[in-house]
Formats: sequence, C-alpha cells, structure tokens
Amino acid sequence: MDPDTAPGAGEARPAPRWPLVLAVVALGGALGALARYAVSLAWPTPEGAFPSALLAVNVLGSALIGALVPLVTDRAAHPLLRPFLGTGLLGGFTTFSVHAVDIERLIADGRAVVGLGYAAANLIGALLAVGAAAALTRRALNRSRRTDVVDDAVDGGRAP
Amino acid sequence: MTWWWVALGGALGACLRYLIDTGVQSRFGSTLPLGTLTVNLLGSLALGVLTGAVLAGAAGDALALALGTGLCGALTTYSTFSWETLRLWESGARGPAVLNAVGSVVAAVGAAALGLAAGSALWG
Repeated sequence: MDPDTAPGAGEARPAPRWPLVLAVVALGGALGALARYAVSLAWPTPEGAFPSALLAVNVLGSALIGALVPLVTDRAAHPLLRPFLGTGLLGGFTTFSVHAVDIERLIADGRAVVGLGYAAANLIGALLAVGAAAALTRRALNRSRRTDVVDDAVDGGRAP
Repeated sequence: MTWWWVALGGALGACLRYLIDTGVQSRFGSTLPLGTLTVNLLGSLALGVLTGAVLAGAAGDALALALGTGLCGALTTYSTFSWETLRLWESGARGPAVLNAVGSVVAAVGAAALGLAAGSALWG
C-alpha cells in the first residue's frame, strides 16, 4: 500500500540492500528537513497567525509526490530513486506533526476558526495538488509512450 | 550549527518513519495506510510533549530544532499521506479515503493536545 516502500518500480533490477535504502532515506530526510527549515526562516509565521509557509510546503510536497510516483513506476527508474526522493526528501520536507501542533495551538488560543481553516486548507490544497500532479504526469507519460511506439515501428521493432 | 541539528533530526526521523511504516504495513496491512497513520500520530504526540517542554522553559532552541523541526518534522509526512489518500480514492474506496483524510487530521490534533497536556504537566 505504501507508495514509497512498496516494490513495483524497476522490477527488472535487483532490489537494493536495506542499509543502502536506509542511507538514501536518511540523506533525503536531512535535505528535506533542511529545506523546510529554510522556508520557515525565509517566510516566518508571526505568533498566532495563519501558518502559510508550512501550508505551502505541504501542498508543494504533495504535488511533487503526485508527479514522482507515476514517473518512477512507469520508467523503471533506479530502485533507490523512490526511497531517496519520496520517502526521504519529500517525506522530510512535508510534515504532519508541526501542522497538528499548529492547529492545536490555534484552537487552544481561542482562534478555532483560523485553526480549522488551516486544517481544511492543508487537506484540500494537498489532495487537489497530488491529484492534479498525478493526472498531468500520467497524461504526459501516455503521450510519450505513444511516441515511443511510433519510434519503435520506425526502428523496425528492434527496441528495446 | 542549528542547520546540523535540523539535518541530524531529519535524517533520524525519516529513517524511523521508513522502519516503522514498513513494520506496521507488513504486520497489519489493510485497506487503510496504517503505517503512515502510526508515524503521524506518534510524531504529533511527541511534538506535543516537546512543545509543552519548550513552553515551560525546560527545552532550549537546539533541542527544539533537533527534535521538533528535524526529528518530529521528518518522522511525520504530509506528502505520503496525500498520495495514499489519492490511491484509496482512485481504487474506488471513497469511504476509506475520506475516513483516512479527516480521521488522520482529527487524530493527529488529538495526539498533539494529549502530548501538550502531558508535557505541560511534566515540566509546567
């Protein structure tokens, strides 16, 4: 079920050993968390305000995973690409816990409308982003696959 | 120096998420993505406790960055949650998709509140 750990992509290649997978997940997670920290420094949220920077991070990260998973699944990508970019980088970039504590703080401070609006904005924004990105990526892949078929026919069916 | 704390916490958090998610899915694999739910609830609870400690003045900036921004931030994920909800919806499991979406947020906010109460009681 989990898109980041389930097999599927690049099945022709041998599965990488788990220490290697863990290493690229760690590297991606470090880079993703650093990128999120950089956004929070460049776009600080005043105390009690709507946390728009983190909303942007979660929506952007969801759009990127929507584009990534169809790509690595379709193109028999290197088996470490999905753990590095999906589980590591995007998983470390986006966050559920900071968003949950932000919502709790807003509600506890008597700003329940802002808190619930923030929760809804994350949910609707991220789900629309992942759905749209996945649909666009699949459409682009289908179009290029049709082009591949034409190329193969021109090659006399020698590929792959 | 602060960047190193965030990077270290982020690396550890992402590894823990990968291990917990893989472990939960292999044991309790079901229609609902329980692995992601587990890490998101664990991370929200832990960040609540840490926030309680910070508010009480018991945890400094370095600890907040390493454990909060880094570890708890990377232990939890919104991108995988979004993808798995989309997959549920596309597979026709619309009820479970809505349940996963709304239930995850409500449960995580509850876990954060629980953690904050515990942190405040411990250090407040």
